[in-house]
Amino acid sequence: MTSLTVLAAGPATSIQDAGRFGWQRYGVGPAGAMDRLSLALANAIAGNPPGTGAIEFALAGGRLRVEGGPARVSLAGADCLVKIDGATVAPLSSVTVHDGQTIEVGAARSGMFAYLAVAGGFALKPALGSLSLHHRTGVGGLDGRALRAGDRLLLKLQEPAGQDLALPSSPPAGSGPMRVVLGPQDDYFTPDAIRTLAENPYTVSDQADRMGLRLRGPKLDHGAKGYNIVSDGIPTGAIQVPGNGLPLILLADRQTTGGYPKIATVISWDLPRLVQCRPGTGLRFAIVDRGEAVRIAKAEDAAFRKLIATIRPAGLAGFDSSELLALNLIDGVVDARH
Amino acid sequence: MSADHPVVRFLPCGDGAVTVEFGTKIDPALSARVLALDAILDAERPAGFIEAVPTYRSLMVQFDPLAFDYEAFESRVRALVAGLDPAPKPGRRWKVPVMYGGKFGIDLEATAERHGLTPSQLIDKHAAPAYRVYMIGFMPGFTYLGGLDPAIATPRRLDPRPHTPAGIISIGGIQALIGGQAMPSGWHILGQTPVRTFMAGRDPAFLTAAGDEIVFVPTPADRWDALDRAAAAGEPVAELVTP
Repeated sequence: MTSLTVLAAGPATSIQDAGRFGWQRYGVGPAGAMDRLSLALANAIAGNPPGTGAIEFALAGGRLRVEGGPARVSLAGADCLVKIDGATVAPLSSVTVHDGQTIEVGAARSGMFAYLAVAGGFALKPALGSLSLHHRTGVGGLDGRALRAGDRLLLKLQEPAGQDLALPSSPPAGSGPMRVVLGPQDDYFTPDAIRTLAENPYTVSDQADRMGLRLRGPKLDHGAKGYNIVSDGIPTGAIQVPGNGLPLILLADRQTTGGYPKIATVISWDLPRLVQCRPGTGLRFAIVDRGEAVRIAKAEDAAFRKLIATIRPAGLAGFDSSELLALNLIDGVVDARH
Repeated sequence: MSADHPVVRFLPCGDGAVTVEFGTKIDPALSARVLALDAILDAERPAGFIEAVPTYRSLMVQFDPLAFDYEAFESRVRALVAGLDPAPKPGRRWKVPVMYGGKFGIDLEATAERHGLTPSQLIDKHAAPAYRVYMIGFMPGFTYLGGLDPAIATPRRLDPRPHTPAGIISIGGIQALIGGQAMPSGWHILGQTPVRTFMAGRDPAFLTAAGDEIVFVPTPADRWDALDRAAAAGEPVAELVTP
């Protein structure tokens, strides 16, 4: 059987797919790719459905050897140089790697999380319906843990069908403030706190991992109702504010419930951009209402689908005019939101 | 907020979720309504629905913003609210063995002393009620219970312990808990159970669910090894009294 053997990996390298849903009622958080768009992109370039399990690299890179047959791999997300037996691979392209060859994923030059997808996916047994590792609880992944040297990951395909693919142009890099919808507990904060969140810069602190990002910046003051609530559900992207007033944005490996008020929630489409921010990155927030957040999600999803539709066989020269038009439209959508 | 005249609030959770809040207190009638709405949504599964997370007093509903008709959902819930039964439905009842005190319950003596009780009086008070499972939350299998005798309610510790083992039986404020996994905790540890509320790979992976009842059975410390081995091998060890 074709496999990838891990020769070296950073400490938080893990298998992640679109996440584990339906189990939060038992205390099991969704886990899943921190940057679901980059996961989808890596998979699309490998010819896979968007949520197929891939290897998530966090800042550090790694090395893997293909054994037993060829494998088609692709990488998207944080900017990492990929080399096959020392030869650099074009970015946003899949490449067929042969038995005995080594894939080297360099440390991220910018961004945090990169995804190495393999055509057909990994032959791993899902835990509670998902391959995603939840790091703190040991649910999912390979034997409930992060990847390390010596691990052998079997592939579903003995050899890939079809051909290598490429995305002709880089996905547009988003910019501008992180958009949030107030709630679920914005009524636990003073009007000043809401203004502070909307008007002041924050910085991603060193306490940033798959569970959440702790921010540095002005404190957000709780109102007369205090800072304890009877524990309720925590959505992905919730900005939780404990007694010290410093916001913590809860992410894929978060706890499912909590007893601190949550002032606002980062909209789904800005989460991939948020999680790619390294410690020290400055952030601003902008408040939008729920309806606007849904409109953004629909417009951005349509633009992302158009981008995916431009993927074609690698090495194919030139574009036709309809694709160029499609790319311009995407840029238009992205620009319109600033 | 009166439990007799339910008023729900829809608390936005970004574009992909909403919390339907029935009240702000720990109250069996609120919990019953949460679970009743949860059951209806689970049966109806509107387009774009992903999952719902029942907690003490609210239901967080998670959905795909591209496929979910939010306005229709809110109308539907408003129409349902008045008809939700505030009487807790009888759930499954589990008898859970607990080794109290000693190395299993390092806070038993201090907590008893705090309330002017002997350790065995505290054990009697803690093991007397049939607790209601209000929610499973925080981390896998953490089983949050209502029904603690207010006479032994104990504010949480000021200095949480960085590590507590799986299966701790603890109290914090007016709540009682069966811990699911090793975790930091600021609650008072009265005992430990060999029961694994969560065990990956076991069928079922989770023993307890919101709406269940829990009765603690004080169990001699010398039975720990045998029960712990059985639990590690995948046996429930907890006894299901009413299926």
